[in-house]
Amino acid sequence: MPPLPASVPLSWYLMLSAILFALGVAGFLFRRNIITVFMSIELMLNAVNLSFVTFSYKLKQVDGHIFSFFVMVVAAAEAAVGLAIILTVFKNRQTLEIDEVSSLKN
Amino acid sequence: MDALLFMIFAAIAVVCAINLVVQRHPISSALSLVGVMGALAALYLLLGGEFIAAAQLVVYAGAIMVLFVFVIMLLNAGTEARGRRGWAHYAGVPLLLLLFGLIACLITRRMPASEDVVFGQFTKGGPLDIGRALFTTYLLPFEVTSVLILVAILGAIVLARKEID
Repeated sequence: MPPLPASVPLSWYLMLSAILFALGVAGFLFRRNIITVFMSIELMLNAVNLSFVTFSYKLKQVDGHIFSFFVMVVAAAEAAVGLAIILTVFKNRQTLEIDEVSSLKN
Repeated sequence: MDALLFMIFAAIAVVCAINLVVQRHPISSALSLVGVMGALAALYLLLGGEFIAAAQLVVYAGAIMVLFVFVIMLLNAGTEARGRRGWAHYAGVPLLLLLFGLIACLITRRMPASEDVVFGQFTKGGPLDIGRALFTTYLLPFEVTSVLILVAILGAIVLARKEID
C-alpha cells in the first residue's frame, strides 16, 4: 500500500459529490416508497452543497457558503411542505407506494 | 492527517448513501441519511466552513431528519413491497454509471491539476464573514427567504391539518 499523502486534491471532493449525487439519483429512480424518494432528493441537495463549499474553498470566497446556506433553508421549507403533502396523500389513499398514486396517468 | 480524515469521512458518506438506496425500510434509510449528513459536516470543517458545518448538523441532521423520522413513525411506514422488475431495474445501473462517468470525466477534464485542500488555508467560513456577506451583499435574497419560509409554514399547516367538518 502506498503511503497516504498529507492532503487530498480538490477534485476528490468534487468526485465524492458526484458519487453522492449519482446515488441520490439511483434512490430517486429505484425506490418506490414516497418517503425514501424524498430522502434521495435530500441526498442530492447535500451533494450539491458539498460542491458549493468546495468551489468556495477553491475561489477563496465566502459566496459558496451563502448559497449552500440558502439551499439548506429551501430544503427545510421543501421538507415541511413535502411531508405535509405525503401526509395528505396517505390520509386519502392509505398507501405510500408511488406506483399506486397514479390518478393523473392517462 | 487531512487525507486520512477525508478518507474516513468520505467512506462513511458513501457507505451510508449506498445503505440509503438499498435498504427497504424507510427508518433505515433515514438513519443512513443522518450518517451522510454528519460525515458531510466533518468534510465542511476540513474545507474551512465552520458555520456551514454547524448549520448542516443543526438544520439538516437535527431538524429536517427529525421531521422525516416523525412522519415515518406517524404513518407507520413498513417495509417496501417487492414489486415487479421492469426494464429500469436492468438498464438503470449502467445508465447511472454512465452519468457518474460523465460527471467524473468533466471534473477531471476541467480541473486536471487542482490544488490540494489544506486545513486552515481558508479561514473566511466563520460566522463573522458569513454574517457580513449575508446582511450586506445578500440582504435581499435573505429577506425573500424569510417570506418563503413563512409561505411554507402556512402551506404545511393548511395541508396537514385535520379536516374541520
